[in-house]
Amino acid sequence: MSQTMTTDSEAGTDSAAGVVLPRTPNREKIMQVVIPISALLLAILGWHLLVTINQIPRYILPGPVDVAVALFTDSSTLWPAMLVTIRITLMALALALIGGVGLAILLVQSRLLELALFPFAVVLQVTPIIAIAPLLLIYAPDTQTALLICAFLVAFFPILSNMAQGLKSVDHNLLNLFELYGASGWQTLLFLKIPAAMPYFMAGLRIGGGLALIAAVVAEFAAGSAGQGAGLAFRLIESQYRMNLPRMFVCLIMLCGIGISIFGLTSLISWLTLHRWHESAIRREN
Amino acid sequence: MTDIAVSTIPGAASEAVRRSVVSMRDVSKVFSNGTLALKGMTLDVQAGEFISLLGPSGCGKSTALRIIAGLGAPSSGSIDWPSSKINSKGLPEGDVGFVFQDPTLMPWATVFDNVYLPLKLRGVTRAAAREAVMDNLAAVGLADFARSFPRELSGGMRMRVSIARAMVTRPKLLLMDEPFAALDEITRQKLNDDVLRLWQQHGVTVIFVTHSVYESAYLSSRIVVMRARPGQVFADMKISQPAGRDNAYRVSEGYRQTCQDVSDALQRAIGAGETH
Repeated sequence: MSQTMTTDSEAGTDSAAGVVLPRTPNREKIMQVVIPISALLLAILGWHLLVTINQIPRYILPGPVDVAVALFTDSSTLWPAMLVTIRITLMALALALIGGVGLAILLVQSRLLELALFPFAVVLQVTPIIAIAPLLLIYAPDTQTALLICAFLVAFFPILSNMAQGLKSVDHNLLNLFELYGASGWQTLLFLKIPAAMPYFMAGLRIGGGLALIAAVVAEFAAGSAGQGAGLAFRLIESQYRMNLPRMFVCLIMLCGIGISIFGLTSLISWLTLHRWHESAIRREN
Repeated sequence: MTDIAVSTIPGAASEAVRRSVVSMRDVSKVFSNGTLALKGMTLDVQAGEFISLLGPSGCGKSTALRIIAGLGAPSSGSIDWPSSKINSKGLPEGDVGFVFQDPTLMPWATVFDNVYLPLKLRGVTRAAAREAVMDNLAAVGLADFARSFPRELSGGMRMRVSIARAMVTRPKLLLMDEPFAALDEITRQKLNDDVLRLWQQHGVTVIFVTHSVYESAYLSSRIVVMRARPGQVFADMKISQPAGRDNAYRVSEGYRQTCQDVSDALQRAIGAGETH
């Protein structure tokens, strides 16, 4: 039945043009890797030269070699601390995802609930959450839980507000289409609203992931945990008291590593979800 | 109201016994801001007709189409579906396909999944729907693009996907709301021919909203000219045309005369809207 309508017969019309996606040339790809890494290595070399030429003492500015040595010698204390920080960050992020997405869905399904929860959302969002850390310490059964709640609250709002915004940003004609075909509320939510909200959700996830780590660190500064459950933030302060600067640098590098991993992971998830269809994940074609 | 009956109706179902698919009786629509968008519209749509609703902006033609589709209830008047099964919302579920002005595709879903959607919402499994989806994609020449995403297609191709989706439920009535207004002239003529072929091959009844005299004259078996302020039916014209319409028809005397008649009626409708 398509005899008159094969794509061959479309020659010269707009319909004939399939869109060819652009590819990055190989040379460009190599440059994208080589240049940033070279720049980083040069900066480390510069740091090393600065310290050795000026003979700066280790307790003022340790060189990269000192830091590398500290990474190995202090690993027995620092690795467990890093795991504690990672655990708190990831648990907080997971809870924030469940809570934020769940509440966003409830909010867009019920106008009444949205209005009722609005003042609480505003109060919690405009209050610097870290400022309630001392209060949380009183109510929470232990420091770890207080840290977790703090990190959760901070990561929760960007995820909630982005998801709620996304669920509301559905093309009206698509909503009409679903209504026309008699879609149930659940079908509209699952097949239309949630997929349409994905770009917003991914933005919330990336922001929330970064904030969860920041909150886990800052809350630990405020809470000052110790012993077995101590995270990197506590080790950082402890090293400062002891003038152990190489160890402070190691803590910072570890935090930086966690931050990069979270950003990389959330960006990867975002790319995997969106790269076939959303403009934010697609290269411009000119 | 002017009635210009030119001649008998050609088309796929001309031999079949005439029966009404949908009839609007005295339908009015007042928007929440107080605008009277549609006043006392009565329209009886016979099976197999290709009706164009033609008129200036604000004449209520899109509003009328949406009311027929069940998107927004009429303020007064009634819509009857004499030959359809009616669901709880008073709509003939599955008997109506709708093509919007924009392709209105889900950007995150492949071409296949977009066309599959109406069946999916009815609970048809992917496997069971495969044949129907692929048939309808083939009918608009897009069988090779089932796995593409909408953004990888041109504007004309997206509109074809939209048409395939509207046809996948085998509707009795296809509603089209200025579907080709945003396309270039060459693609538009191509799609006009595609719609005509679907109409002739499937015997589907079509209501086609447009503001193009030439498009309506080329496609229709009946043209309903509407006027604005308030939106209402101004003229109802039966169009006498050969069943096979092609490029030769576009330059024929019959087509020119039809365009002339329709254009005159439209001018009078626009004039009527401005004197108020």
